[in-house]
Parts: sequence; structure tokens; C-alpha cells
Amino acid sequence: MTSTHGPIITILLVFLILTGCDQHKATTKDPSPKTETVTSIAETESEPAYGDMIIRGTIGDASVLLPVLANDASSFDITGLIFNGLVKYDKDIQLVGDLAEKWEIADDKLTIRFFLRKDVKWQDGQPFTTKDVEYTYKTYVNPKTPTAYATDFLKVKEFRVLDPYTFEVTYTEPYAPALTSWGQGMLPSHLLEGTEITESPLKRAPVGTGPYRFREWKTQEKIVVDSNHDYFEGRPYINRVLTRVIPDPATMFLELKAGRLDQMGLSPLQYTRQTNTKWFNENFRKYKYLAFGYTYLGYNLLDWKFKDKKVRQALTTAIDRDGIVKGVLLGLGEVAYTPYKPDTYWYNPNVKKWPYDPEKAKQMLAEAGWTDTDGDGILDKDGKPFKFTIITNQGNQLRERAATIIQRDLRRVGIRVKIRPIEWAAFLKNFIDRRNFEACLLGWGIGIDPSQIDIWNSKKTGERELNFITYVNPEVDTLLDQGAATYDREKRKEYYDRFQEIIAEDQPYTFLFVSYSLPIISARFHGIKPAPLGIGYNFDRWYVPKHLQKYHIAP
Amino acid sequence: MGPYILKRLLLMIPVLLGITIISFGVMKLAPGDPVSVVTDLNPNMNKEAIERIRAYYGLDQPAYVQYAKWLKNMLMLDFGRSFAPDSRPVIDKIMERIPVTLLINILSMILILAVAIPLGVMSAVKQNSVFDKGTTVFVFVGFAIPTFWLALLLMILFGVKLEWLPISGLRSLTYAELSVPEKVLDLGKHLVLPVFVSSFGGLAGMSRYMRSNMLEVIRQDYITTARAKGLDERTVIFKHALRNALLPVITLLGLSVPGLIGGSVIFETIFAIPGMGQLFYQSVMSRDYPTVMGILVIGAVLTLVGNLLADVMYSVADPRIRAAG
Repeated sequence: MTSTHGPIITILLVFLILTGCDQHKATTKDPSPKTETVTSIAETESEPAYGDMIIRGTIGDASVLLPVLANDASSFDITGLIFNGLVKYDKDIQLVGDLAEKWEIADDKLTIRFFLRKDVKWQDGQPFTTKDVEYTYKTYVNPKTPTAYATDFLKVKEFRVLDPYTFEVTYTEPYAPALTSWGQGMLPSHLLEGTEITESPLKRAPVGTGPYRFREWKTQEKIVVDSNHDYFEGRPYINRVLTRVIPDPATMFLELKAGRLDQMGLSPLQYTRQTNTKWFNENFRKYKYLAFGYTYLGYNLLDWKFKDKKVRQALTTAIDRDGIVKGVLLGLGEVAYTPYKPDTYWYNPNVKKWPYDPEKAKQMLAEAGWTDTDGDGILDKDGKPFKFTIITNQGNQLRERAATIIQRDLRRVGIRVKIRPIEWAAFLKNFIDRRNFEACLLGWGIGIDPSQIDIWNSKKTGERELNFITYVNPEVDTLLDQGAATYDREKRKEYYDRFQEIIAEDQPYTFLFVSYSLPIISARFHGIKPAPLGIGYNFDRWYVPKHLQKYHIAP
Repeated sequence: MGPYILKRLLLMIPVLLGITIISFGVMKLAPGDPVSVVTDLNPNMNKEAIERIRAYYGLDQPAYVQYAKWLKNMLMLDFGRSFAPDSRPVIDKIMERIPVTLLINILSMILILAVAIPLGVMSAVKQNSVFDKGTTVFVFVGFAIPTFWLALLLMILFGVKLEWLPISGLRSLTYAELSVPEKVLDLGKHLVLPVFVSSFGGLAGMSRYMRSNMLEVIRQDYITTARAKGLDERTVIFKHALRNALLPVITLLGLSVPGLIGGSVIFETIFAIPGMGQLFYQSVMSRDYPTVMGILVIGAVLTLVGNLLADVMYSVADPRIRAAG
């Protein structure tokens, strides 16, 4: 795997799983969509038509096509076309039914009753029932299943099937993220029951309920899926989706230029400098929307230098985050201030932002006891100079460049920073797991559900756990627990708003930026409607008007 | 000859065993393990789940137990299952990569030999001439040019500007619907750039080697004798000198047998070719022990067999060695 490693990918998964393909009408519109379409030609309205194929480029091959076993974005990109969960997020990031028609939460908030759609069939013709849901649940909690997604399901105390289309789950305590967890792809029990899931042929030739059915997979070359004519939301317009694996982004861009790709993700450089020709403007459309993830500089709070929050506030004040967005992302991103995505419901815009001000930063550091007593240009305290090393994972250029800008900014206030990129496996084992670092530059995916207990709770500081900077704040612990136990959205937001205020005050991380996703898509595809969730949510409603169709694919 | 080969074959067993122990040890020394690569910094993973997965792969046991298990399976030619999320049998993962890797490596080896041998011979014969110096510059430029850069330039020229050749991959999208000759043509078109780029860098070594061999041979007494007999220069060079100068190439070919299944990561990445280089690189990066070991074992066996083949071929080709042996 190359640039985006584990952390970004993992939370993204949940998001990817839930962005199946659908056409639900918007229910509410609380967050103003920050998405914008960049296009020079007006979209001429024409009749949707069946047919054609879309060829997409990806840098990494999928690893396994069963959602329970997969843990990389490339796999979920494909399984998202083939499988459905019981619930999903609509374009405005509202939880809606997918395979479930509706659900009821009992008054004690412990039991959820799901009512399944009765018109859903597996792609081999078998009906989809609670038997499949039960099998899926049991597979996730089975100790012999090597899955990354057991945690939410292990909180289930009891699973009761009431009839083929109704079932109930009971939790030991109210747990709001539970609903989202039922968005995991449902598995066909009639094909998997009684088999060893890790050895099932379905890993490489899956059968789902989704808009596309599996056709062909040539390892490290391509994955082909065809439209499912019996899809319960209606047959998708595009007949075939071909995903080509091209590991090198430069090669991928050349394929796009040669007209052999219809869709790829652009780098900021390609977006701003290389795709503004007449040919590109006529043949492609570019989109940009905030990605579900942020990049941060995390301080090891066990390190004496970073124990004082005044120092951390000063460090943030000393870092020119607008400069990082401009220099590293060429302006294609936004400064992050809290661990939530700026255009979502949960984001609290009214937190302390610590704007860039080197003079003020120096003053704050002096207040914290850091001054240059020996005149060598480096701040010191108790005879020790302020020097530290930022570690980051090797191969992620954005992160290495951001670290370089931070190095320059901190030098200006008298702090010496070294940068050390380390190979991913060694990075985790020898540095993060052992708390053997001063500061680290990494990214998190931003989950759609606002629960962030795993990252900020003081109980999650053990080895291999995610609060590896050892952030301890009892009020945050309480707020996060209350948030996770509350189903009421408005009430829940109050907890997370306060949580964000505290995090902004404490600055255990310097939140750096949220970058834009920059897909470019051939102009012959119509029906793409950017929304807070991105563009993929209504993929089955994309179409190519009859006269523009390029490939003839037998339906 | 028979007993000699048998002895060499028997000697391979302890050597191979040693290689696997060292490989396994070095791999285990590398920080990180296949589970932490997947589970660390994963918000969905709790400690319990991590332990579950470690136990599933047998990583909770001491290293020597893991090695013994692996060796036991290996003796029955069972390469085991990959630790990657796909859990596929290692042998399947390797076998699906080998044909294309072999094809490209053999083609570029042939191209290298076909170009480098004449180049080397001519350089030696016309030592210090303009041709010799020009060739030297040419092959070293080839050696020095970064593969990825040359590949991108050629892709832009032949793929985007002229549209003569495909840019990347192995097959066109319509490959399945083509007739057999069209398939061969299609595959051939896709292979032109990769084979050219991968041989360009290899010209330097082989042609320099050929040149120095040839220079060595030309100075020998028997060449002087041949000339003294009044043989024309063509016969002297191509019949008497070349055949002797070619002998060491056999060793070189023997040594490159394991290289035939090895691939280059950079080059496969640029051309989007699903070869062994990418598989090995990805396996090492994700600490996929069974796959790494599988590839190393196959590589080790081929190295040993290649050495043996070279020795045997050498004695077949060179009567002097046969007499001494």
C-alpha cells in the first residue's frame, strides 16, 4: 500500500460501506454543502439511458471482496457496489434504511427492532431474509473470523429473529453508534453457512444484493462488475464498471490523457496545473469536496516538554496552517480546528482557533518558562534546549512536506525540529506502540458517526490502543460516554460541541488540515450530483445519454 | 558426471535449509508483524480482537515453533496461506505472477544478448575507435537513466502523442473478444515498451563483459596462430575468438536463472504489470511471512539449480575443464 495508510483508511471504511448506491431523496439539509462543481460546459439535460461502461483508475488492487474480511479502501470500493448493509447514509449524511425498511428503538434505548425489505433478492435469486442477517452477525462475532469490525457487534447482548423479515438486537447499555454498525455489508448465508469464510471462493467471486454483480477479477490488473438488472432500487444505468489497477499516479494520468480512463482521483498539482487545457475542459469534469479525514501533529503528552497546555497552544499559534494548505495542498483543502469534518452537522465552528502569530507564540512560550537564556537562538528551560523530532510514515509526501513547513515555522520562534520519516510497519511497532516519539504527523479518517471514544478516552491509552499520545481529561471521558449513549441528535451534538471546545483549548494535537477529494470524470457521464457525502452515493443513477455512449456492452 | 551431479544435488539440501533459517530469522528481525500492519491505529480494533487475529495466524507462538511448522508444511510442498487479508494459498499468488514475469524477463534477456554481444565484440575488435567510445557512452547512458523517467517519456511519446502503443497494462480491454493472432499482437504491443525499458539498462553490463572477454581472447597465442595461418579476419574473430569469449557468458546465464522470476518494483509499478516484483514488495511491506518465504525459497532453489546448470554446461562446452574435472 502506498500513500494513505491504515489510519485514514480505517474509519473511511465505514463511510465507504455506507455509501452504497442509491437515489434517496434528501430529507433534511442542515449542513450547507461545500461541494462545488468545476466545469466549463453546461450540463445539457438529456434522457437517462442504459448502457456504456465506466473505466476507473485505482492505485491499489482490492485484497478480498467480502466486506467482513476486507480492511482497505480499494476492497471496499468494490464491495460497496456489490453488497448492501441494513442502513446507510444518504447524500446529506442522514442515516436511512438500505436493506432495512425501518427500525424502532425501544424506550429503554437498549433494543433495536429492524424490519427488512421484503423485495430483496441475492444476485443468485435467493430471497434475502433475517437468516442472512443472523449469519452475518454470527460471522462478525465468531472468534475464528479475522475481521477488524467485531467490536461494535460484540456489544450486542442478544440477537433474536422474530420472523423472516423482522429481528431484534439488545445491547447491554445504550449505544448510539450501534445503528451505524448495521451498515456493514450483509453476507449470503445460503452460500457461506458451514464453510470456512477465509477459504470461501466468494472472497474472489462475491454474491451480494447490490446494484452490481461480480464478473471478473484479474489480480493487480482489473476488476469488472456488471449491472444487476434485478436490483431492488432499479437497474443501474451504467452497464459495466471496470476498475483498472495502475499503481503509478503519473502513468494513470497518462492513461486519462490518452482517453483510456473515465475517472481517477487527481493530485492537487494535477488539479491546478495539468488539467486546464481545452481538451480537458471539453472532455472531463472536475469535482472537489472535503475528504473524510484530517491530518494532525500529535504531541506525546508523556514527554515533559509537551505536558503544559500553554506550550501546545503556543506551538499551534506558531504554525502557519494556512501556509501549509497553500504550500502542500495548493489551496485545495481547509485548515482543521477540531477532529470533525467542517461541513458536517457535528462540527463546532465556535472553538478557539489559535491563529498564526509568531510573536504571540514567543510570548506564550516565555510565559511557560521557555526563553533563550544563552543566546544561541534556541529557547531553553531548566538548561535544556527546545528541540524535538517529528516522526511520520515514509512515502506520504503531503505529510513530509507539511512537516517541513512546520520545521521552518517553529525555527522562527526558536524551536529546532528534526523530521524523521519511517517505514510503516517499523513506525507502528518501534515508535507508536512503544510511545517512543516526541511528536508525530499522521492522519485520521473522520467517521460519520461522531463517537471518537477510541482516540480520546483516557482508558484507551494501552499498548496498541489509539490514544497513543496519552491524552487524559476526565471531562472529555464523560462527554464522550454521554455522547455514545444518546440517540437524540440535538442532545448528542451538545456533548460533542463541548468536547470540541475542550480539545481546542487543550491542543493535544495541532489540527492541520482537511484536504479535498479531487475526482475527475469523463463529461459523458451525467447525473452526478455533488453532496456533502461526495459524489459516489448515487452512482447507480449516473448515466450516459444514448448518443454519447462510447462502449457497447451487452446488457 | 552422474555421481558429480548427484553429490551437488545432495549438497543443496543443507544449503537450502540454511538459507531458509537465515531468511526466516532476518524476516522476524524486521520490526512489525502482519497483524500490527492491519490492526494498529485501526479504530475498530480492540486488544481482544488483535490477540484473536494473532492467534489465528499462529503468531502467538515462539519463532522457532513457527519456523518448524512452516518447514513441516514446506517438506510436503505446502507453501501455506498468505497472511494478507485475502488468505489465498501462497502458491496460487506466486503462480499467477510467474508467467508474465518470465515472459518479460526472457524477452529482455534475449534482446540484451542479441544487442550486447555484437556490440561488445565490435568494441573489442575496434578497440579505442570512435565506435568503441560511442558504444561505451551509449550503454552507460542506458545504465544511468532512471527507469521510471525513461518509461514516462516513452509513454508520452508513443502512447499519448503518437498513439502507436498502449501506455500500461498487459492486455487491451477487448482482449477476450480477439482472435488468437490478434491476441498475440495485442500482447506484443503492450510488451514493446516494458521489454525495451528493462533491457536498456542491462546492455551496459553484458556488452562491457563481452568486450573484455573478447580483448582477453584476442591477445591469446592461438589467435595469433590463426592469423599466421592466413585465415581471414572474419573467421578469426567469429570462429576462433568469439566461441572462446562466449564461454564465461554461460556462467552469467546460469547466475541469471533466479533473476528470471524476479521483477523490478519500479518498472512494474510504472507499467502497471502484475509481476513478481510488486508481489514481493507488497508482501515484505505488509510482513506477509508465508508469501515472502515462498518467494525466497523458490528464488533460492533456482539460484542453486542455476549454479549447478552453469557448472555442468561449462564442462560440456569447454573440453579443458572436462579433462581437469
